[in-house]
Amino acid sequence: MNYQKLFEPKTLAVIGVSMSNDSHPANVVFNKNRLRYPVKTFAVNPKGGSFHRSEIFVRVSDIPEKIDLAVIAVRADLVPGVLTECIEAGAGGAVVISGGFAESGRKDLQDRMAAIATEADFPFVGPNCLGIYSPDHVDTFFLPSERMVYPRVGNIALVSQSGGVLVDQMINLADEGVGVSVAVSVGNKALIDEVALLGYLSADPKTEVIAFYLEGFQKNGGRDFVSAARQCGKPIIALKSGRSPEGGRAVSSHTASLAGDYEVFSEVLSQYGVVEARSQFELVSFCESLSCYEKPIQGKIGIITGSGGHGALAVDLCAAHDLSVPRISEKVQGEIREGLSGGARPIAALGNPIDLTGSAVDDDFVAAAECLSRTDEVDCILLLVLPYSPGTTSDLGARLSRVYLREGKPMVAYVPHVDKYRMLIEGFELNRIPVSPAIEGAVLMADAMRRCQPC
Amino acid sequence: MLSQEILDILSRSKEWGWVLEPDAKRLLSLAGMDVPEFMWSDRLDEAVEFAERIGYPVVAKVVSPQVVHKTEEGGVVVGIENKISLAEAFHRLSGIKGFRGVLVEESVSGVEMIVGSKIDYQFGPVILFGIGGTGVEIYKDTTIRMAPIEPKDVMSMLKSLKAHRLLEGYRGAEPISLEQLTRNLAAFSSLIMDLGDAITSIDLNPVFCSPSRCVVGDARIMLP
Repeated sequence: MNYQKLFEPKTLAVIGVSMSNDSHPANVVFNKNRLRYPVKTFAVNPKGGSFHRSEIFVRVSDIPEKIDLAVIAVRADLVPGVLTECIEAGAGGAVVISGGFAESGRKDLQDRMAAIATEADFPFVGPNCLGIYSPDHVDTFFLPSERMVYPRVGNIALVSQSGGVLVDQMINLADEGVGVSVAVSVGNKALIDEVALLGYLSADPKTEVIAFYLEGFQKNGGRDFVSAARQCGKPIIALKSGRSPEGGRAVSSHTASLAGDYEVFSEVLSQYGVVEARSQFELVSFCESLSCYEKPIQGKIGIITGSGGHGALAVDLCAAHDLSVPRISEKVQGEIREGLSGGARPIAALGNPIDLTGSAVDDDFVAAAECLSRTDEVDCILLLVLPYSPGTTSDLGARLSRVYLREGKPMVAYVPHVDKYRMLIEGFELNRIPVSPAIEGAVLMADAMRRCQPC
Repeated sequence: MLSQEILDILSRSKEWGWVLEPDAKRLLSLAGMDVPEFMWSDRLDEAVEFAERIGYPVVAKVVSPQVVHKTEEGGVVVGIENKISLAEAFHRLSGIKGFRGVLVEESVSGVEMIVGSKIDYQFGPVILFGIGGTGVEIYKDTTIRMAPIEPKDVMSMLKSLKAHRLLEGYRGAEPISLEQLTRNLAAFSSLIMDLGDAITSIDLNPVFCSPSRCVVGDARIMLP
């Protein structure tokens, strides 16, 4: 099946536009695409008429142009018929927003749609979903534009069973300055499911990282998912709900008792190198990190800090995430010390964490980062930058980024996120060094690199 | 591919919903796994003859379709050193409900591990491996992989156990045989892939892992 027209349509039909209810989902979708996207948008309703001074077409086949994507927002029992009309009109694919299918006892309707579409080789997303947000192409979310928070255009594909969680995730990523290549809410996934999208996104040149919010798989669906993940070659992140054990179910064997649904999910994902996020915060940190770095690390962390307390907290967090903080050899310590300024040199502690102290200036961070970049003793540098420290300037982010661009050793940074420090943060982020507003977030970024490989 | 004998064992076990231990061990042995030398009989003279041939000490266990949990029913006697003890054990076991004979087998020792499998709804056949014995659900030191597994998975499974140092030669002990462990887990992996939905779960607990062998001490195969 060809998904191209779902994600990059030139023409869009919105079926079910209402003349009486201006906040009807179809109306919202029609408006935002007509006003804000390059896609040519047409309204459809069997009653005809006009909407916002545009003609409402009675049938899809009445539209004078061939339709790439149809958004269907009509009553559930009418959907199979509309789907057939779209196919007959030669449409390229559909998003079915309507609810009232398997989630409310009408699996039969849903199965009928899947059968019709499969027969005609016609791709559709949904039903019961928000559908597709494809930056600069199309947005089928029935949420008014002024209510949305759009992340910048980037390289992360988001796929979610829940529309709400998807929108949340877009807000969180936008907040961290992380960009999205496409966002898809799959809803009841009658035809296109996570595995199908994994196949498409593997080949999508705009996508470098794929993040999923999962609720559950069909029978053996998990097996298909990890097999597709192994083929994919791009970092994959998954957040799953329903992790609590199924209470009170009697189990006859030790294996059945120890290998509950969630335990199996979690361990099999890591067996196949899919990075499991356990919270939305982890998901954002992992996305941010893997959108910058695709190569896995062993997890030998060199910590450079301007404060002993921050260093100690970071060491504890590294230990909790199975990352090591190896002691730096005397030789490398000597090299670092040689590069330090007169203020920091006599008092800095260089064993790891490398505590440059409150007397450190930008040059000291750069010198330490250069030495750590050139030694095999660590394979990732964790920077704890305190912009309120008197020797730290807002150039530090950009200066440390240049060390990374030159040497190629991954760096992750913690900088408190307040507007005042924005330029320092952007100095990192615009050069593709991920920055977290929490020490734990920076540690999670390193953890993501360690975990994105089969165990 | 499952052999005819394995299919026969499964089909005659359907009646009880699980496979009697001697049948389970025969099945595992046909699949290439290491099991203790054993015999199954309801005649004492045969039991004694077998024990004398393989040498004491031996273990005796009740075989009964009505007894899934043998230890709880007093259905296991270990460390039988001579003919008299064997006779005593035989007579006691023969009084247990549903008695269908006694399983007599060689005594094996080693670190007690668990090797298990279940058919997961989302992921199909999976393998559980970890620290076994009666405390298996207390220690919960186990790891899971989707089957089939590759030889390199065995090392990663070992490493992910909290107690992995115990198996790698802790405090002067000889490490367990990685080669035997890998060989047995590979055989187990192929077996469960072949069995598919013919089982619901398998507990091999304990599996005795030593520097020379990994031997299945007890086996419980549950059928759909």
